[in-house]
Amino acid sequence: MITIAGAGVAGLASAYELAKRGAEVTIYEAGSSPADNPSSWFAGGMLAPWCEGEVADPQVVRLGAGAINWWAQFTPVTRNGTLVLTPPRDRAELDRFARRTEHHRWVDAGEIATLEPALEGRFQRGLLFEDEAHLDPRRALMDLTRTVQGLGVEIRYATPAPDQVDVDCRGMASDLPGLRSIRGEMAVIEAPDVQISRTLRLLHPRIPLYLVPRGDDIYMIGATMVESASWKPVTVRSLLELLGAAFTLHPALGEASVIETGAGLRPAFIDNIPRLKQRGETTHVNGLYRHGYLLAPALAGQLARQFFQESQDETACERRTA
Amino acid sequence: MQLYGTDITSRLLLGSAQYPSPAHLTKAIAASGTEIVTVSLRRETAQGSGAGFWDILRQTGVRILPNTAGCHTATEAITTAQMAREIFATPWIKLEVIGHSDNLQPDVFALVEAAAELTRQGFQVFPYTTDDLVVGDRLLGAGCEVLMPWGAPIGSGQGLRNPDALRAMRAHFPEVPLIVDAGIGCPSDAAQAMELGYDAVLLNTAVAKAGDPIGMARAMATAIDAGRMGFNADPMEAREMAAPSTPILGLAELV
Repeated sequence: MITIAGAGVAGLASAYELAKRGAEVTIYEAGSSPADNPSSWFAGGMLAPWCEGEVADPQVVRLGAGAINWWAQFTPVTRNGTLVLTPPRDRAELDRFARRTEHHRWVDAGEIATLEPALEGRFQRGLLFEDEAHLDPRRALMDLTRTVQGLGVEIRYATPAPDQVDVDCRGMASDLPGLRSIRGEMAVIEAPDVQISRTLRLLHPRIPLYLVPRGDDIYMIGATMVESASWKPVTVRSLLELLGAAFTLHPALGEASVIETGAGLRPAFIDNIPRLKQRGETTHVNGLYRHGYLLAPALAGQLARQFFQESQDETACERRTA
Repeated sequence: MQLYGTDITSRLLLGSAQYPSPAHLTKAIAASGTEIVTVSLRRETAQGSGAGFWDILRQTGVRILPNTAGCHTATEAITTAQMAREIFATPWIKLEVIGHSDNLQPDVFALVEAAAELTRQGFQVFPYTTDDLVVGDRLLGAGCEVLMPWGAPIGSGQGLRNPDALRAMRAHFPEVPLIVDAGIGCPSDAAQAMELGYDAVLLNTAVAKAGDPIGMARAMATAIDAGRMGFNADPMEAREMAAPSTPILGLAELV
């Protein structure tokens, strides 16, 4: 039997990849429901590997490319792409973004209006990443939970993990050295007057904003990136910046209702690249930074391959238990 | 170069924000050879301890210059400076009081007020100011021993927008360490500041947002060295007309 600590997106994806290969898996989750994993619960749900390539390591782009089809196995994925925009005075930002990313094409005002009628006349040009997608991270977390349970994985909620587990996916709650936390703050709004069908990114030197449609007039707006380990609720300054940027996207968003705000701590290594780390008998899946939904599938696959190679190899197995 | 009695060799001061990752930042620090790195302090960072990030910075061995980035009033800046002193155990503070949210220009009135109060409290203030001579005088009067005029608005990368004003400032404050802070985009901008006789350059975005931050850190450090060496070597004066660099006398007689 393989034991996993943490039922956030990393733990569930790991459980799925292991169970799919026939392993018997038990997950220990200190929280009492999927909602108790703030990094997963407050995520944006963008599956946007090419946009992330603007600042992320090329590895992130490569590992993230398979995430869209992976998630589509068990949860609705909206494949409408990402539209990247900028206010007229920050247009140099868009050129820079285009230079640093791949897999996109320029769209003009006319095409922007066709893609998103609500934005007609507001932006002269944009970048379209047609092959990107988004999902509702909460729905996805629930769907993945049910899927792994269907594969026979036992999830013990409200149960702290034992001292010794095979796989540790607890993010900042693990005691792995070299991890730091990046605080992310977000808001959820209800905007019946503005219909947007794909993820929008608004570039701005200070506050890069994204708006992800969640369906039924609900949109998620995120997200700040603060080098901080503070759990306190979203600050006024951050909310001001996020909502101010949303207002730039469309003034009618000013009439939307803020129905939720939240903050989570993303675990990251010094290079912001996630990895598997062996520590004693435990394999850590950690450092997913702002790429939990994007990269958990690839890391879980690596983990499962590593596990199955090792258990077929008697000597490796003995070494591990010695 | 001496800043508040401390000998500093590298004339590049580097900001620590906006890098793709802390790993990029530490490599950029190493590539640039900088000895002073500025760090912004936000309230939530202080309370929740951005310890992970600060530990990474401390391990590089550089001197930390905390800043009051994002403060809009003297009171706010003073409180932030006090928190910074506790966290980083240094009397140094880069004082920024933003007066306008569009171009992030300093509010020079609040700046002078905050500088006087912080000096009274024992801080050693590095004020981010404009190229205005009168404001410079007031800041020195408030106890500052360094002035850091802008080259262009923060993060704009426009280079030195008003070299004449910066030249006048150098002439007006011959004995004061002057550091161009903000507006640098390319290595040539940094070299130009040094050729004007400035003591150092402080920059962040130009390195952090470059496609290759580590390569750009090295380029900036090299440009600053070149600019300083050029200044020390007493450049020739520009002339209106051409002047032959080869003497006319002694030309071969081609018969």
